[in-house]
Amino acid sequence: MKLFTILAVASIAATSASARDQIRIVGSSTVFPFSTAVAEQFGKTTDFATPVVESTGSGGGMKLFCSGVGVEHPDMTNASRRMKAKEFKLCQDNGVTEVVESVIGYDGIVIANALSGPTFALTLEQIVIALAADGPMPSTWDQVDPSLPAIAIEVLGPPPSSGTRDAFEELVMHEGCELTELVACEGISIREDGVFVEAGENDNLIVSKLEANPNALGVFGFSFLDQNSDVIKGAAIDGVEPTFDNIADGEYEISRSLYYYIKVAHIDVIPGIAEYAAEFSSEAAAGEEGYLTDKGLIPLFEDEFEQNSDRVNGLDLMTGDEWN
Amino acid sequence: MVSMTELSKIHNSPESAARLKKRRAAEWRLKAYGILAIVLAGAALITLMWSVVSKASGAFTESYISLPVYLEADEIDPDNTGDPTIIGRANYGGLSKDALKAAFPFVKSRGDKREMYDIISGGAAFELRELAMTTPSVVGQTLDFRFLASDIADLYLKGSYGELIEQNAGGNLTVESSGKTAVVNSSAADFAFVMARLKEDLRGKAAFNRDQAALQENGRAVFVERGDLVEAAKREAERDRLIALAIELEARAAQDGGTEVLDKSSPSVLVRMGETWVKLTAVSATGGEGDVIGTLRNVKLATGDWQVYSQDLPEASRKVSDLQIVLIENLRSAGVVETVFNTRFFTAGDSREPELAGIWGAAVGSFWTMLVTILLAFPIGVMAAVYLEEFAKKNLMNTFIEVNINNLAAVPSIVYGLLGLAVFLGFFGVPRSAPLAGGIVLAVMTLPTIIIASRAAMAAVPPSIRDAALGIGASKLQTAFHHVLPLSMPGILTGTIIGMARALGETAPLIMIGMVAFIVDVPTGITDSATVLPVQIYRWSDFPERAFEARTSAAILVLLVFLVLMNGLAVFLRKRFERRW
Repeated sequence: MKLFTILAVASIAATSASARDQIRIVGSSTVFPFSTAVAEQFGKTTDFATPVVESTGSGGGMKLFCSGVGVEHPDMTNASRRMKAKEFKLCQDNGVTEVVESVIGYDGIVIANALSGPTFALTLEQIVIALAADGPMPSTWDQVDPSLPAIAIEVLGPPPSSGTRDAFEELVMHEGCELTELVACEGISIREDGVFVEAGENDNLIVSKLEANPNALGVFGFSFLDQNSDVIKGAAIDGVEPTFDNIADGEYEISRSLYYYIKVAHIDVIPGIAEYAAEFSSEAAAGEEGYLTDKGLIPLFEDEFEQNSDRVNGLDLMTGDEWN
Repeated sequence: MVSMTELSKIHNSPESAARLKKRRAAEWRLKAYGILAIVLAGAALITLMWSVVSKASGAFTESYISLPVYLEADEIDPDNTGDPTIIGRANYGGLSKDALKAAFPFVKSRGDKREMYDIISGGAAFELRELAMTTPSVVGQTLDFRFLASDIADLYLKGSYGELIEQNAGGNLTVESSGKTAVVNSSAADFAFVMARLKEDLRGKAAFNRDQAALQENGRAVFVERGDLVEAAKREAERDRLIALAIELEARAAQDGGTEVLDKSSPSVLVRMGETWVKLTAVSATGGEGDVIGTLRNVKLATGDWQVYSQDLPEASRKVSDLQIVLIENLRSAGVVETVFNTRFFTAGDSREPELAGIWGAAVGSFWTMLVTILLAFPIGVMAAVYLEEFAKKNLMNTFIEVNINNLAAVPSIVYGLLGLAVFLGFFGVPRSAPLAGGIVLAVMTLPTIIIASRAAMAAVPPSIRDAALGIGASKLQTAFHHVLPLSMPGILTGTIIGMARALGETAPLIMIGMVAFIVDVPTGITDSATVLPVQIYRWSDFPERAFEARTSAAILVLLVFLVLMNGLAVFLRKRFERRW
């Protein structure tokens, strides 16, 4: 009898679900703090309902986003990396043919340690030698370069499921391996012998672990360095300190773009999608002095910003040639 | 037959005494291990609670800044309609900023204004709007509005960004001001304390450079050995540069007097003259030069009319700037800053701004979810247990079911989330992120626990009760429902509540069905989007803003209170209805 109740309740629920009036957003945990700030502002300043933002990770978000058109599927997805060609194809196969891509801004990835620990100035080459799985696998930093401190290498970083990890591998490991003969670029991966510790998705946790262990380095997003500058310090990479200005200028190398994607087929079905996107790409939010920079977002360069606004406001669709 | 004398001989022998001693020692050791285990567990619990409670204290108060704000009628409601929708359209953010501008007219530059606006919360403007919309009579008036302080201002007021320490100032101060900057000179060595600190910093920097030079020297030696002279020369040059730098720093540290520059990485020194402050950018033992915050003319001040403050945490290492500190201190001296109990935390939904965020949305979400869970899990669980215990025959099929139920109780909870995603969301179309979906998944997860506990409780009812009921002609159904079930209720309820307490603390299965989400609105039913308490804790702990740390701990306390209440209820029910046979 109770099973019938479940079915009955579920079917009532299913009918009520078809009348969704709030935007649903899924995707990256890195974009989450920015996306939610925009969602809250949007809910307060307009007559639309506050969007529901889920933190599913970039890959998980793409999967949900590309699963089809209809109110049971999300309207937008956030990503801390660009949509992959095969994800675009998945979208196409499931009828999500019209997708608009928008860039939000940049996020720096910093390598930091406790204030009480040694000050590091590293090069991409040194990081790759220290961390590559099929390289010399040194155990102390002075084996990497005799001018580095003679302490054991210990790096806390995000697990493979994280977009930050993807970006770190692409921007540091793949770029850095070109500079050294000690490590082969083909199939490069991060060593798994306990030197690189996967410390979970929670960057606050990495920060408190660094406080407890001054000799360890941590890999995480710039906003966590920004908020905790009284306990940790960022290592200079190739002589550039990880500061807001250096990342915004493009001087600091390890930074990536953050994206979100809009399902155009939903625009006339769910109210407020176009307005939300306009808010996200507005000067007041993502501009140089927008409220997202207070949250740690590094804004786009002016011309990129203009281009992006045009793309979002004009709903320029992705063509599928983006990866060529 | 052993005679008594022989027996007592055995018991009084030295071997016997040794054996007895050994046995008693073993017993004593066991007791000691037990006590040690309890002490360790207690210490771990106390440490956990202490760390949570001490961190949470910051979340239970919030700060307000009262400022006069003029609600200009021409701006808000030019036609004097009194219509809330028209009043609601005005730019209240701008009005809040005007209130700050009026309070601090000397803050001029764009960057400084931005810092000034940051001391009140972005949410304050919405509260002002709410006030104007509910009581349109305030339009056209100047009223003292309590602006909610921003997270950084609140953290500063609670002492999270180091303390502003007043130093002794014994001299008379001469001020020469050019409006924007000022030169201050004291008749006594009132700034010697900061000079001492700066010299210490210089020595520290010199030592750091020498350490770095030593590392370069290591590098040079290694490369000479390897025969790489180009690289060796590079390290040598770097080493010499660092040593030269160290020598220069040491010379500066050693000299008496002199002037040192204060920048964003050195401690801040602020000279206060009533409402006007000078933030020093260069300092000597008796005076210095700095930026004026406020308005200042050339004056001479006697001892007591001016103060020197220092803040040890450098400006670069804290979110609150020197300008913000000065403005907050001025407001504090004016008596318009108040810190009150944070009711908002218990009544508001989630927010991205720590000072606006509350636990109520998640608590209500947890309530709806638990409601669905108990309405499904309790009847189904108890009925299943009644059937299995009272009616089912002992055959292979039922043994198979029993083994499976026991197995399901040990399945990791994330698996139930996957099931929920595939079956309830995918097949039945239950809305994503809704308490209905979460409740169903958690009900499925809790079922095995309830069934096992209920069966154990029913099995503990003595067969004599059943025999007596059947003996006077009751049917099996009547026996089960009139006698066995009521008698086993305490055990069933205890099991159910413990199962529910586990469900209340669960996050993993909810990730899959979309309840790990940012939801501002408080849910009003089981099909609204919602999140639950443990998810709220997990998400707050992941935000970079420092102020969320206290809120995370406070949310943990709220969850713990609910868990203690539920477990307390379980204990109460057991004691109240307990039967001994």
